[in-house]
Amino acid sequence: MSSVKSLEDLKRLKEEALEKRKARATSGHAQVTVGMGTCGIAAGARETMKAILEVIEEEDLSDIIVTQTGCIGLCEWEPIVEVRLADGPKVTYGKVSPKAAREIMKEHIEGGKVLTELVIPA
Amino acid sequence: MREIALHLMDIAENSVAAGASNVEITIEEDLQNDRLKAAIQDDGRGMGEELLGRITDPFVTSRTTRKVGLGIPLLKAAAEACDGGLCIASAPGRGTHLEVSFQRSHIDRMPLGDIAGTMLTLVIAYPRIHWVFRYRANGTEFTFDDEPIKKELEGISLTEPSILTFIRELLEEGISQVRQTILEKETMPKLSTPQSRR
Repeated sequence: MSSVKSLEDLKRLKEEALEKRKARATSGHAQVTVGMGTCGIAAGARETMKAILEVIEEEDLSDIIVTQTGCIGLCEWEPIVEVRLADGPKVTYGKVSPKAAREIMKEHIEGGKVLTELVIPA
Repeated sequence: MREIALHLMDIAENSVAAGASNVEITIEEDLQNDRLKAAIQDDGRGMGEELLGRITDPFVTSRTTRKVGLGIPLLKAAAEACDGGLCIASAPGRGTHLEVSFQRSHIDRMPLGDIAGTMLTLVIAYPRIHWVFRYRANGTEFTFDDEPIKKELEGISLTEPSILTFIRELLEEGISQVRQTILEKETMPKLSTPQSRR
């Protein structure tokens, strides 16, 4: 039997999240944008996005803004993932498989290290 | 595009690009009439008659990065290959309604696919849009409406890990329950095959 999800459960999670927020030292946020135009979807961008969300759940990462964008005209590089830490520069990764997305989340978002080998060349 | 769920995500992106504030996605598996239908309704800027008439042309697109817009023509072709079709209604300032149908048992009908994944992705990526999702089959219906959830959260981000888990599980369980009724219905005929013809 599946668990019955109720707004009470949600209320509890909200309280916990608020507590967590208080306990956490204010830090910058990170923004992750996944290309989700037709080219992106056809290249597997939804699975890439799912992997990013999975890492957020698994590693319990707060303050990550996740968004999507349409086609940016670099279709052959899809799935494309843009990462921006706090007010830092935007880094654009190309051909991001779910596996590569996990690496980016762990190394770049958590570790602050840009994975240059995955970045789209200028 | 190997899943209907991926096509739906693609079409929903159009609704977002049209500036919609409310998007409703409905999927219906009608086993009785052997049809699989999906509809996406938005309250975006809509299209005038002229553009609406050309929208299924692959060389018609509102984007500037490329000269083709394949989302709608590809979905239309997929539906028509399965004894189905696609129709769109739209008007400036009145939003757009797209409906697609397939013969459910058609040998070329692509799987519905990971609808939970599509819905989760849309809800998370576009938190300022009010998403409603309905999945129905066999008189069972699962409805997901993100409004009460957002209201309860009062500004807590949907990507807060515990909230993300909550939404994902809510979607997965709801969809799985409807799927379960379909599976039960599909295996029933085999069990009740008459034995009299021996």
